[in-house]
Amino acid sequence: MSVNLSNSNVATRENRIGSITGYVGSLKDLATQSQCGTLKGCSRCFSQSSTCLSMCGLSQLAAIRDVAIIHHGPAGCSVTGAGSYYMSKVMSKKRGVTSDTVYVGTDMNENDTIFGSTESLRKIIFEVNKRYSPKAIFVSSSCATGIIGEDIDSIVEEVREEISVPVVAVHCEGFKSRIWATGFDISDHAVMQSIVQPPREGIKSNKINFKNFFESARPEIIEMFKNFDLEPVFLYCNSTVEELSHLSESLATTCICGTLGNYLGNALEEKYNVPYVRSINQCGIKGFETWLREIGKVTGRSEKIEKYIQAEREKYIPQIEEIKKELRGLTAVIGMGPGYTFEVSRVLDELGIKVVWALAWHYDKKYENGDVPPSMKYLLDNDIDFEASVADQQNYEVMNILNRYKPDMYLSRHPGSTVWAIKNGTPAIYVADEYMIFGYKHTLEFAKTILDAVKNRSFEENLAKRSKLPYTDWWYEQKVDTFLEETK
Amino acid sequence: MAKLLDKQRYKCALGAMQTVQAIERALPILHSGPGCAQKLSESTGSSGYFSPNIFPCTSINEKDVVFGGVKKLDSTIENALKVIDADLYVVLTGCIPEIVGDDSGEVVSRYEGSKKPVIYAPTAGFKGNNYKGHEQVVNAIINQYLQKTEEKEEGLVNIWADVPYQDLFWLGNLRELEKLVGELGLKTNVIFGYKKGIKNIDAIPKAQYNILVSPWVGLTNVKKLEKKFGTPYLHYKTLPIGATETSKFLRAVAEFTKVDKEKTEAVIKKHEDYYYYLIERYADLFLENRVINKQFTVVADAQYTLAITKFLANDLGLIPAKQFITDDTPKNYREEIAAEFKNLNYDINAEVAFETDGFKIHEEIKNHDYHGYPLVLGGYYEKEITESLKGNYLNISWPVQNKVVFDSFYVGYSGGIRLIEDIYTVAVQRFN
Repeated sequence: MSVNLSNSNVATRENRIGSITGYVGSLKDLATQSQCGTLKGCSRCFSQSSTCLSMCGLSQLAAIRDVAIIHHGPAGCSVTGAGSYYMSKVMSKKRGVTSDTVYVGTDMNENDTIFGSTESLRKIIFEVNKRYSPKAIFVSSSCATGIIGEDIDSIVEEVREEISVPVVAVHCEGFKSRIWATGFDISDHAVMQSIVQPPREGIKSNKINFKNFFESARPEIIEMFKNFDLEPVFLYCNSTVEELSHLSESLATTCICGTLGNYLGNALEEKYNVPYVRSINQCGIKGFETWLREIGKVTGRSEKIEKYIQAEREKYIPQIEEIKKELRGLTAVIGMGPGYTFEVSRVLDELGIKVVWALAWHYDKKYENGDVPPSMKYLLDNDIDFEASVADQQNYEVMNILNRYKPDMYLSRHPGSTVWAIKNGTPAIYVADEYMIFGYKHTLEFAKTILDAVKNRSFEENLAKRSKLPYTDWWYEQKVDTFLEETK
Repeated sequence: MAKLLDKQRYKCALGAMQTVQAIERALPILHSGPGCAQKLSESTGSSGYFSPNIFPCTSINEKDVVFGGVKKLDSTIENALKVIDADLYVVLTGCIPEIVGDDSGEVVSRYEGSKKPVIYAPTAGFKGNNYKGHEQVVNAIINQYLQKTEEKEEGLVNIWADVPYQDLFWLGNLRELEKLVGELGLKTNVIFGYKKGIKNIDAIPKAQYNILVSPWVGLTNVKKLEKKFGTPYLHYKTLPIGATETSKFLRAVAEFTKVDKEKTEAVIKKHEDYYYYLIERYADLFLENRVINKQFTVVADAQYTLAITKFLANDLGLIPAKQFITDDTPKNYREEIAAEFKNLNYDINAEVAFETDGFKIHEEIKNHDYHGYPLVLGGYYEKEITESLKGNYLNISWPVQNKVVFDSFYVGYSGGIRLIEDIYTVAVQRFN
């Protein structure tokens, strides 16, 4: 990839790395086609609502401590600010730090769509700066401001002369991409553009950048990395602008989710030669070991890491083997972002659970460096195959699949998805915490959670018995790909 | 004109998808970007028969912005009718189609003869907030769905109140209002909530009266109903909380609907007796604690700021400090609403500000002399500032993070008791 930090716009995932949101077939076909470059995504003539890229992009930035987000658009766009306020309060409290991050809107009205509102925006930027003295200010567009052509780049350029902290234009028109993960790239681009500085002379670091969502496993990862003389810098939840400015000095960048960390990892590598750890992710035994070994290789710490792996294996493998006996033969349908779905399906395979169908909310044919995503390569190399589809959280497709396969469990990571499975009578496991399957310990806990979930199905049964599903019989008789159309 | 929306308390007009969601088996179809529904919803009773993540949506992309999205809207409606089993389909337009000029109304009109009704409400985000959007949805139902009729049902009254989901207590409040009005011998009709759906919508024109319990939201709706069906309306501005206000409310409704006075007084007496039985037993808690002071502030929409101010002043004898109304109340309603704050016992005058800028609200709270620990009832935003003033805080308005509400309510006699319980549940955890 080539990161262009002189432009505030980032190309969408569709345009940059050929990502798709519509496909029905098998995992092998998906992987093979993306390897030889023949994969073409489909669009839908009927769809249900999904996620806005601005929510992903701006929530990431709003997780940074003591910054300001100014979302220029109608009140519905900036409604994310209410959630961000709550998150910054509870997340900073949990860490024992404080955050005065603010996320404001501009409550754009009809007149503004006709006459423009750049002058109001300019005043709002100054007022926010005066009220809160943030360490950085991110000014975002919305669908409405994007279409009427509000030139936020010029406004930002202008106010920069009078504001001493970084002021960054962030382009978050929701219609740009059906892939909300483009929002992650947008936030990374903003951070790379205006916060990250070139490494200082003579700084020796043992830091490793760790891109994640909510740092729930932070204390244990810090402890683990002490064994390797590495110090993780978690991003962006509770990050400070000062910390971010030195990302270029770290030994390497790694992430909990390839979809989340890919852009930043590659950009840091390309601009500042900070190696990006490319491997399957830390979920499950194989994933955890492969990831650790890759870190060992990249940072020159292989010996220490082998020692650690040895000790941990002795502790956990027998326990995991024991519980596997009880899981063998269970079936699962799984619906997650591509950064998880093809990783979690590997873990389920490891635990002896049969994946009958995997849905990915989108699919990146390749990563920024041009390679097929490591998780796909692994499944292909290991001859693992199952039915697979790509659907941006299209619930009617999920329900069609669940109704047809009646699996023992449905695993998902996105709000609003699990309830539909249980209304279908299928036990659901909400894998929201990104560390839920991290390493040996959490893989063991995950296996136990699955066992608990399939053991007591009372709640699912009670609710399923009493609730009517909203889909017609006609729909359940159709094929999953009924509404897919070749993209023109 | 664009303004600084700091600590925002409302959503945009498209947030009215939650108004549709509150009608059983009514399905919003969004002609909008892919993520609007998710942004405009939260886990506060959302996973019912329909949930926001299954609302059909045209998920407008770059091409649609350039070439228009009517074709996609057409196929989305057509297939929604096939895939999802609903009684009423309500197309809601977001910002994009209204800026690029999609004729959504024309597309919807193609479904006039379809098996299930399809209507359309323009709810572009820049057209106003979700309070206005709520009115737009109800107006769309009146204009496009309801048919003229001469038929009236003796004693049937429609009850209208504030915005579902935006008001965390909407379900419980409506159920309790129905119960109270029903005790007067009237038959009530409400279109939102449990087992309230198309049959209730169908009954709207047959009502003898409309009762609107809201400072301003819904006024355009009852006026429209009066014009179309000749139904007179009672605009009762104060959501009644506690004995004093609820008894006033019942008397007003009885007078308007010509219910027998004696009967009304009997209903009131029965409720007041039990209410004061409870109050008497807990009066020591009110009087003899060291953390609740006389002065309070409410930060909420017009509905709750007015309702709670009246309750705490006229029922519990507290003194209002400055009150804040955060729903961006249309300017033409403000004077009348402000006048209600001067209509308190003992000629108490509550100062009220219509303010959407949370920063300014917090500055005023910080600078006010509460003569002790302030009592602040507001959104989640007021938590930290109230704690910094060592005050008592209750989360009663959006955004809500400190409370889970299924069907509890603050309206009526029981509702007043619930609110007192909530306030003193905060108080008893402290000692000074």
